[in-house]
Amino acid sequence: MPKLQKIKKVLVIGSGPIVIGQSAEFDYSGSQACKALKEEGIHVVLLNSNPATIQTDTSMADTIYIEPLLEDVLEKIIIKEKPDGIIATMGGQTALNLAMQLHRKGALKKHNAALLGTEVNSIKLAEDRGDFANLLKKIGEPLLDSVAANTKEEAFEFAKKHKFPLILRPAFTLGGTGGGMAYDEKEFEKLLKLGFTLSPTHQVLIEESVLGWGEFEYEMMRDAHDNCITICNMENIDPMGVHTGESVVVAPSQTLSDGEHQMLRSAAIKIIRALDIIGGCNIQFALNQKTGKYVVVEVNPRLSRSSALASKATGYPIARVAAKLAIGYSLNEVKNAVTKTTPASFEPALDYVVTKIPRWPFDKMPQSERRLGTQMKSTGEVMAIGRTFEQSFQKALSSLDQKLPDMSKADLKFHLSKPTDWRVFAILQSLKNGATAGEIVEQTSIHPWFIHRLEAIVKMEEILRASLDERILREAKRMGFSDSQIGKLAKKSEDEVRKMRKTHNILPVFKMVDTCAGEFEAKTPYYYSTYEDENESICKDEKKVIVLGSGPIRIGQGIEFDYCCCHASFALKKKGIQSILINNNPETISTDFDTSDKLYFEPLDFENVMNIVEHEKPMGVIVQFGGQTSINLASRLAENGVNILGTSVDAIDLSEDRERFRQILKKMNLRQPENATATNLQQALAAAKKITYPVVVRPSYVIAGRGMQIVYDDEGLTSYMDEAVEVSNKKPVLIDKYIDKAIECEIDGICDGEDTWIAGIMEHIERAGVHSGDASCTVPPYRLKAEVQEKILSSSREMAKEIGIVGAVNIQYVVKNDELYVLELNPRGSRTMPYLSKATGIPIVQMATNVLLGDKLSQMKISEPQLSYYAVKSVVFPFLKLPGVDFILGPEMKSTGESMGIDSSFPLAYYKSLLGANLNIPTSGIIAFSLKKGDQERALPLAQKLEKMGFEIAATPGTASFLDGSKIIHLNKISSGEPNLESELKNGKIKMVINTPSKGGRSHTDGFAIRRAALEANVPCITNFEAAEALIDAMEVAKENNLEPKSLQEYWGK
Amino acid sequence: MLKKKKAILVLQDGTAYSAEGIGACCTKAGELVFNTSMTGYQEALSDPSYAGQILIMTYPLIGNYGFSKEWQESDKVYVRGFCVRMAENAPTHFKSGSNLDKFLQDNEVGAIVGLDTRSIVRKIRNKGVMPAALQIHEAGEEPDMKTLLKLAKETDYSKIDCVTGASCKKIITHGEGKIKIALIDYGAKGNIINELLERKMQVMQFPHNASAEEIKKCSPHGIILSNGPGDPARLGAEVNEIKKLLDFPIMGICLGHQLLGCAAGAKTYKLKFGHRGSNHPVMDLRTKKVAITTQNHGYALDEKTISNGWEITHLNLNDNTVEGIAHKTLPIFSVQFHPEAHPGPRDSEYLFDKFLKLIKDGKNA
Repeated sequence: MPKLQKIKKVLVIGSGPIVIGQSAEFDYSGSQACKALKEEGIHVVLLNSNPATIQTDTSMADTIYIEPLLEDVLEKIIIKEKPDGIIATMGGQTALNLAMQLHRKGALKKHNAALLGTEVNSIKLAEDRGDFANLLKKIGEPLLDSVAANTKEEAFEFAKKHKFPLILRPAFTLGGTGGGMAYDEKEFEKLLKLGFTLSPTHQVLIEESVLGWGEFEYEMMRDAHDNCITICNMENIDPMGVHTGESVVVAPSQTLSDGEHQMLRSAAIKIIRALDIIGGCNIQFALNQKTGKYVVVEVNPRLSRSSALASKATGYPIARVAAKLAIGYSLNEVKNAVTKTTPASFEPALDYVVTKIPRWPFDKMPQSERRLGTQMKSTGEVMAIGRTFEQSFQKALSSLDQKLPDMSKADLKFHLSKPTDWRVFAILQSLKNGATAGEIVEQTSIHPWFIHRLEAIVKMEEILRASLDERILREAKRMGFSDSQIGKLAKKSEDEVRKMRKTHNILPVFKMVDTCAGEFEAKTPYYYSTYEDENESICKDEKKVIVLGSGPIRIGQGIEFDYCCCHASFALKKKGIQSILINNNPETISTDFDTSDKLYFEPLDFENVMNIVEHEKPMGVIVQFGGQTSINLASRLAENGVNILGTSVDAIDLSEDRERFRQILKKMNLRQPENATATNLQQALAAAKKITYPVVVRPSYVIAGRGMQIVYDDEGLTSYMDEAVEVSNKKPVLIDKYIDKAIECEIDGICDGEDTWIAGIMEHIERAGVHSGDASCTVPPYRLKAEVQEKILSSSREMAKEIGIVGAVNIQYVVKNDELYVLELNPRGSRTMPYLSKATGIPIVQMATNVLLGDKLSQMKISEPQLSYYAVKSVVFPFLKLPGVDFILGPEMKSTGESMGIDSSFPLAYYKSLLGANLNIPTSGIIAFSLKKGDQERALPLAQKLEKMGFEIAATPGTASFLDGSKIIHLNKISSGEPNLESELKNGKIKMVINTPSKGGRSHTDGFAIRRAALEANVPCITNFEAAEALIDAMEVAKENNLEPKSLQEYWGK
Repeated sequence: MLKKKKAILVLQDGTAYSAEGIGACCTKAGELVFNTSMTGYQEALSDPSYAGQILIMTYPLIGNYGFSKEWQESDKVYVRGFCVRMAENAPTHFKSGSNLDKFLQDNEVGAIVGLDTRSIVRKIRNKGVMPAALQIHEAGEEPDMKTLLKLAKETDYSKIDCVTGASCKKIITHGEGKIKIALIDYGAKGNIINELLERKMQVMQFPHNASAEEIKKCSPHGIILSNGPGDPARLGAEVNEIKKLLDFPIMGICLGHQLLGCAAGAKTYKLKFGHRGSNHPVMDLRTKKVAITTQNHGYALDEKTISNGWEITHLNLNDNTVEGIAHKTLPIFSVQFHPEAHPGPRDSEYLFDKFLKLIKDGKNA
């Protein structure tokens, strides 16, 4: 069937801010879909609240709405744009839920907007656990015994019939939010209650557990002509009981016989047919590997995290093909974009092993419960490719860009007995300590095949410890040992190992990912390294530049940096320079087959980057856009003769070395919060005394404020120095005066060595002290005076030139009493560059890349943007997914993603940005105040405003005493019994909480309980007074104005 | 530690690869081919269609789930040599009773292990399949390069009589169903018989050189022309017998399909590097539906020589070669791929049902 002729305009729904369970993979699938549709001459309209996405670029979509992903917004856009169809299967659960809500309302039918691809009924069938169970029964596929409980009674009736543990999953939530395993009745009741709250349909699926069975996934495609294919099967190393997003996963499966593989594949085809899916779909099975019996676990009737992984693992562009199928093509009518000659209706054959390892945020939130289960906690993942499991697995470990943990005996026991983020490390360590494979299998239920492979790695470590010769070195490299790993074991430096390798001509070759195991010639230059004979990456003698990516999505280094890397690559291509990208994140667009001219899927460490540099011999390497990961490699690359484009390594050091930076600011007469460095506790205490408390303390050279804290006294400082950080002469602790009650702001700019072009001043809404990545901000500023803004601009220009920036720069300031203090200068592309690009309509990263290549700003003739509207960035936090973590903002970054609101006034833009960040802002009901001293005194006007809007006000005792003149509901302290704020939140009476914690950083029992209760009740909890002020203003303005979605093109006047 | 064996693989063009050897010490020559299936190594090793060939698996890890009697497609190993990137000799599957090394030794074949298999696959893809010789020897010994080179240069796959060794020697009867099927065995895979038995048919397995008269004497309800090894052009005698059987319902598979085509007057030709894998898209031209199929063949029917009374029913979408033909009026059809799978997708098992229906209805295919 050819393309459906009537389709001229399609609306694609994105997935919103990056959250745990919904990451960059949906920007990837959405972008591929947009490109596939545009190729067909279709006008693409895109809705997404996340500005850091490539899909919201004008090169991807024709009309872009950065607006909240809400029912009425979507309906208004449909009315305005009149699309012929909607694609809701590329934006994760968010997009699917949104489309289903609109369908239930009858709005899709009313406005003649059909869902393209998989139809509504199929989605309902796959997602409603009860209906799905019936369907499987009908087609004779085994499913776990389960119940879709709508009431507590139903749930307990099921629990009576089965043994614990039982698995609970709220219906229609993403990444298994709120789900978990109940080992007893108490846990069962707790999870049940949470599940009912979180499920939009108030339904919780309860199922018997098959703990310990193998978990396998099948990525399927089906077209409207009923052609079905399997793209890839994947095996979770962690057996059932751990969410697949939390599992170490390999592709293809390693332990299945052909008979078992075909049995599951046939079942998957039967299911995708019965569901009448058109497009992509993911089916999960549990297999008892002692009996061969299987059950169906789950179906995702849309593109998923696993489909992104399967795309990168096989080279098959699933989203692209799914989009073509959605508009009517059959699989055989779509070409395999990799071979360009064979059709897309085939099943990829791999001749390598792929390993995915998740990246968890526990390093930044050590308070969090590390146990893994059915709910996702990881923020991102790495993927590695090797010719053997050992090689692939070890390359994946190198890609994590994380220090491997040291574990005590007790730690080992803990991490082996229950799945945690450290389990694989615990297994390796235990094997080293002499545990047998059998014992590990006993403890973990992991398939013995994998344990044997890990054993092989441990054996090789022993050999390396004993001696190192050419043969052993070659064997170790073939097993994926890095030079530095080998060096550590053989007591040599990494450089010595590298030299030895070269002496013996043990050099990597690069093999192609071609979807067909070499059977056909492939056109897509997508490579991985291995130690074998034939090199397939042919280097052309032409101008080329390597762009270093940013690795896995983690807190502090998110999708924004991938956005920057993609744009650097686009800019290079436009200039006719070959762009070569190195990255290891399977979720992102930078690792898509057509983003760069050449892609190396490799760990981002010195060894691998240098290998590629030596092979390709580029004119230079761009380190500015991959965040701290890539910039940290700059100095070693430069020492080895690599040309770092733009800002020199010395200038990078100048901005990062506190002492040198202080000197240069002094020379320029710029102020800094008083600061000092300390290499031991005595020095630190003395410095703090001189600077005066409160002070901000942090280790040097870190990503996104890791280990950063505000301390208020000697006691706090002492415990920080003792527990929180590793200090050495090489790595001092930085101590800065904390400037309280001040406004923080930052600029992003580009300097060509002489001129500096500034994209905008972003004013933070929260008071200074909240990490810039966690703060909401607005461009243009709403409080800063014109002369302060002038001063910011001129200081920024001076600094950039003086330091020697060439390319991107980000400078952060704090303003108190109109006085300007410089906080820091980042000599690289920043987190806010994509947001500013969307706010202004200027491709800032591409401008910066052109500067790196020698262009002058003066020739570009692009004036600095003056916006006649406001664009506000807000952020989302992962607290709900991370039990045990307190919801307090401070100098340590905790957010995972961002949204943007754009409108004619600041309050409206702010309001939209918060809606875009999934904040459930109330329009009526009770709003509760529980403030710290200092804020209590300022609360009355806020309460009065809210009362005027028709809200009722409740307050805890301390705060209540300052709210005279307003009719308030008195709440007890938690210790004094109910009604208190926690109990009223749990009863569902409170619609919003404004709670400012005292002395940020220390969790306060009452406050902690209140904040968790708010989170679990899905009630906004505002923890920053300035943010509350701005929000209440915004609520006031929003009440009087209809929120109208407007495309970016309309704002930009283009 | 036991001293490892060594292996050397020599290609017709003179390139030699030395690496570790496992299995039996031996020297054998054959046509070097590759298979892209990621599972099903045991089914491949025991598939009679590989007689006369040295097989490279493109998937690098072989032996992961071990070996089991259940996964045999015949009672022995037909490949003359095996090439893998990495051999797993400690399988953990609950059904496994052996490992790669032992399995190969038991079957008197050897494997070369640890070489850059992908580079050889790419060579074959570019230059076409070629003869090669493989020697497995004890670590202390020197390889016999002269013999290997001579073997690699002189081996001619099209001259090897593979079918005789792969076929049964006398009639074997399987099952007791009411519907009687004559399976002409040119090197049949076990699962063809299983598929028929599952459908309650009685299977009379005939040697490849059985005469049409012998077969007719048993008055079968239908005939299956099995898969098998080698160049179909060598099998003129077999084709002549098939010509005499065209008044029966017939289903041809792989080599059986080629022979049926020849019986209908068509010619075969050699493909550059054949089709061997579990992922080949084939379109049924009548329904326009695509199935993913298992393939294992080095020859194909020449589209231009298919005679008038016949129709091309299936095409390979990768290279548009003929994958199926049917007689326009008689209940006779054949496919180039393997509906019996083992290894590979079971998407085309329905063809056995179709055959059964043809027998029952007696209509054209």
